Amino acid sequence: MQTSADLNQRTIKDLRRISHKLSKQIIEITTRAGSGHPSSSLSMIDILTALYFSGVMHYDPHRPQWLERDRFILSKGHGAPGLYVTLAEAGYFDADLLPTLRQTGSPVEGHPNMRALPGVEASTGSLGQGLSIGLGHALAARLDGQTYRVYVIIGDGEADEGQIWEATMAAAKYKVDNLTLIVDNNHYQQTGAVEDIMPVLTPFMEKWRAFDWYTHEIDGHDMQKIVSSLEMMKSVSGQPQVIVAHTKKGKGLSPFEADETSHKHGKTLTKEEAQVALSELDDMYADLD
Amino acid sequence: MELGKSIGLEMGVATRDAFGKTLEEMGAEIENIVVVDGDVHDSTRTRFFKNAFPERFFNVGIAESNLVGIASGLAASGKQPLAASFAAFLLCNAYDQIRMGIAYPRLDVKLVGSHSGISLGQDGPSQMAIEDLALAASLPYFTVLVPADEHAAVWATRAMFDHHGPVYLRTGRPDAPQVYNVDSTFQLGKANVVREGNDLTIVACGLMVAIALEAAHTLSQQGIEARVLDMHTVKPIDHAAIEKAALETGAILTAEEHSIVGGLGAAVAQIVTAKQPVPMTYVAIMDEYAESGDPDDLFDKYGISAKHIVQKTTELLDRKQAS
Repeated sequence: MQTSADLNQRTIKDLRRISHKLSKQIIEITTRAGSGHPSSSLSMIDILTALYFSGVMHYDPHRPQWLERDRFILSKGHGAPGLYVTLAEAGYFDADLLPTLRQTGSPVEGHPNMRALPGVEASTGSLGQGLSIGLGHALAARLDGQTYRVYVIIGDGEADEGQIWEATMAAAKYKVDNLTLIVDNNHYQQTGAVEDIMPVLTPFMEKWRAFDWYTHEIDGHDMQKIVSSLEMMKSVSGQPQVIVAHTKKGKGLSPFEADETSHKHGKTLTKEEAQVALSELDDMYADLD
Repeated sequence: MELGKSIGLEMGVATRDAFGKTLEEMGAEIENIVVVDGDVHDSTRTRFFKNAFPERFFNVGIAESNLVGIASGLAASGKQPLAASFAAFLLCNAYDQIRMGIAYPRLDVKLVGSHSGISLGQDGPSQMAIEDLALAASLPYFTVLVPADEHAAVWATRAMFDHHGPVYLRTGRPDAPQVYNVDSTFQLGKANVVREGNDLTIVACGLMVAIALEAAHTLSQQGIEARVLDMHTVKPIDHAAIEKAALETGAILTAEEHSIVGGLGAAVAQIVTAKQPVPMTYVAIMDEYAESGDPDDLFDKYGISAKHIVQKTTELLDRKQAS
């Protein structure tokens, strides 16, 4: 007889299996495209996997505009490859489109375009804007008497943008509790460490707490923790929630770690580097075999 | 301002007032309308809506970027949001958010910018939008409306909600002389001939329509009959009316309470030069910022009064004669 703990373990195993697949796809499609942001996609791919495949989010890929769906907004739009592999896996569009990333005529554009692909909830790529957009969706739910939830991922460096804090204050003012922000705290922005570019930006927890948000901090690569904290946020009442997820830009894979400045921000791997990264990913998930 | 008095136009209320009252009426008609404010609802006149429908009104503080972002999300989830602030702050502070959150995804958001142009007067250039039409019109998919008086403002407020897609509506602070009456008709994208004439056409928008009528009156006393075209929809602009004016009157003067760069004059010139080239001249703010002061003084000092239209017409008609 299976216990609930066994079932849970299997679920986590399944999720890690999906994350393994999506991580490989991120490397494959960006290396093929020759441009894009694989390290920024890989740092949040475990979180995306938990959101879309653990049952945290309610959605129907055959009805992308279903009013009652939960919304996910990728505010750090340069993480588009991570979003695309996730949406394809979720069934929003055929995975055959993925290798057309960044090609003329392909809806799989360099940054997310909500008019081009089903499942993309916002057109992003200019940083700082997704939390405000998410707040708009969350307020619309309230006005329409709906209970859907809104999830937004921002990058840590993205919090340099003042608009993030404008939205943070407004969400607290309206006590929007169907809004969960996840900070992909991968510690590097385009030209250096977040702590060097803007020294007082971190630590994050105290700042959101000061604005009366419910705050929670996790290892953003621990699938069990990601799923349980996302579930926990659903029971928070009267406050927006932020999960500060400590992640590794490039998921700890050595070709990204080799760049100490920015972990290859906006740089793709060569074919040779990609082989190394794919092999390291296989090792990372060897326990699943 | 004493605009229009010399030619018998009755003073009406400001376009911002007519907008605000009409928005309140529409709030009762369309439950889906939501208003987002950057803590200036008393100035923009969204306060009438706020008082009537507090549950559909969000004052998000002095934060225009967030204001626009929230409107984007509301629209994406099916609401009909309207975001309002001073034209200068809305367009200039939140331009990137308007571009990414409204124009690019072509969302059904209405933007209303008040306190436009130098008729704002004493508050000075920091509050005076003289770039807003250029900024709004350069965004793909945007419709840009500039009502001339209270009747046009009532129409424009209603028209923008009838239109599915992004709209920028420009309103002003001072009372505006009534160019129209309550029975006047309007159509989105179709200019109104507010005065007939065949010697030249003055294409104007906003308060400049009344000023153009004043100038036309003076010109008439000199034997020159100016057609006055109210280009209330600056985008999409009425190609047919402009071509017709060029063909029938052979000379065009544009008049706007806006920078000469990228506004009404530029839009009209694009059509005239491509379709029906005739001599043109421009009454606008000449690539500079104005200053604090009495609005009448400022119109005079910065070259957009009736006197300037008359002066430039003389020069324009010389060129028409020579061509």
